[in-house]
Amino acid sequence: MIIDHPLLGPRDAAEFTYMGDAKLIDRPDWQSDTAAQDFYEYGYLRDNPAGWHEELWFHEAGDRSWLVVTRNTVTHEISKVELARDVARAKGRSK
Amino acid sequence: MSKMRYSGFKVIKEALTGHKGWTPAWRDPEPQADYDIIIIGGGGHGLATAYYLAKEFGQKRIAVLEKGWIGGGNVGRNTTIIRSNYLLDGNEPFYEFSLKLWEGLEQDFNYNAMISQRGILNLIHSDAQRDAFIRRGNAMLLNGADAEMLTTDQIKARYPFLNTDDARFPIKGGLAQHRGGTVRHDAVAWGYARGADSRGVDIIQNCEVTGFRIENGTCLGVETSRGFIGAKKIGCAVAGSSSRLMSKADMRLPMESHVLQAFVSEGLKPVLPGVVTFGAGHFYVSQSDKGGLVFGGDLDGYNSYAQRGNLPTVEDVCEGGMAIFPAFGRARLLRMWGGIMDMSMDGSPIIDRTHIDGLYFNGGWCYGGFKATPASGFCFAHLLAKDAPHPTATAYRFNRFEKGLMIDEKGMGNQPNLH
Repeated sequence: MIIDHPLLGPRDAAEFTYMGDAKLIDRPDWQSDTAAQDFYEYGYLRDNPAGWHEELWFHEAGDRSWLVVTRNTVTHEISKVELARDVARAKGRSK
Repeated sequence: MSKMRYSGFKVIKEALTGHKGWTPAWRDPEPQADYDIIIIGGGGHGLATAYYLAKEFGQKRIAVLEKGWIGGGNVGRNTTIIRSNYLLDGNEPFYEFSLKLWEGLEQDFNYNAMISQRGILNLIHSDAQRDAFIRRGNAMLLNGADAEMLTTDQIKARYPFLNTDDARFPIKGGLAQHRGGTVRHDAVAWGYARGADSRGVDIIQNCEVTGFRIENGTCLGVETSRGFIGAKKIGCAVAGSSSRLMSKADMRLPMESHVLQAFVSEGLKPVLPGVVTFGAGHFYVSQSDKGGLVFGGDLDGYNSYAQRGNLPTVEDVCEGGMAIFPAFGRARLLRMWGGIMDMSMDGSPIIDRTHIDGLYFNGGWCYGGFKATPASGFCFAHLLAKDAPHPTATAYRFNRFEKGLMIDEKGMGNQPNLH
């Protein structure tokens, strides 16, 4: 697989480490009344779909940026690559 | 219904009479309107479950539903190794139970599965690894399994082609389990299918489950590509596709699906008497009875349902092989393929009831499902028949992640691609 890095251009997927579903960006509120249940679901349950999947890839052997890659788990086709930083900020994180 | 017994005498008799007396090993029945128990998934675990339900637990009116043909998934895609060399209390009694079932399986289901207890050897390269393997060997002995620490000289005598003097990973010894070995994997599916069919189980192929009919928290049956089929109890055994299937019951599972590749070289004369594993580089190999080297290594590492992997992992696995068996570099790679693994959050499986009455689950086998086939079937049948877990499978519960009771052999945490 080739991942088209937003800053570096096309890179071999072997340079990256796969870090799971991009929903992990949405960390639950630790002060919520339901925090224990929320963190259990956050830590352990996954949608694991067959088809399009937004996922985190860490450019470990490259510039060490985190990416959100939209990839099809049935065909391995990649349709979109974004910096995880941009995705998280668009959701209102770390402003 | 076929009740024919296979035997050496039968083979000779048929050879002398033109092989006209063989009958199909299982029927091809139409689905009935309802059953007592439906098993979804006609792989090794599903067929074994149906077999033990009928044979050991006296259950009747059982069906196995398979979306393709039986044995077309992971039971036909693995590297055929059996062993019970686990460390933790939640696992070792279960896998030792499985190995004991393997030892009597061919007589039990009257089918030649070519079970060969040629032994498995885990290599040691450092003092820390030696300590860990001595501890694991002792855990195995405490649970009634066999284990023996071997010296480098003992290993050299058995495996003269091993590179014991590698600068990075010198071989300092090994943990052997002599009762481990290999099995003809397709024959496991066929033997269980034949044994189940002869006891009245309907094996229904080309019948895909498309949904569950759930009313007031009770599962009443399954919608399939061949219509609705009702059942009192429904057991799911579709490892690899567990999340896909259970999402139809609005369940999210503690697992990711990952692709694992396996490889076979061209046929060679006998060079490898047993199974050898190189944990430091993650490479393991055995030699099939046809002569091909059967080997594998790490997952590709990303979610996939594609049943095929990518080339970086091929290179990585072959490098691992070259590090310990440089001579194998002369052999050519003949075939490679991928299978889809339920990678659970702690590397261990689940055999449990769901929160929906009548719906039961068996999955999360990571890449250790094949060796578990007999015990998985037996324990799932026990759960379905008695509504209580088998004594060796009490730890394989859904709620262990919520309760902090993980069974994490490698201590990797909730990162499924590291187990």
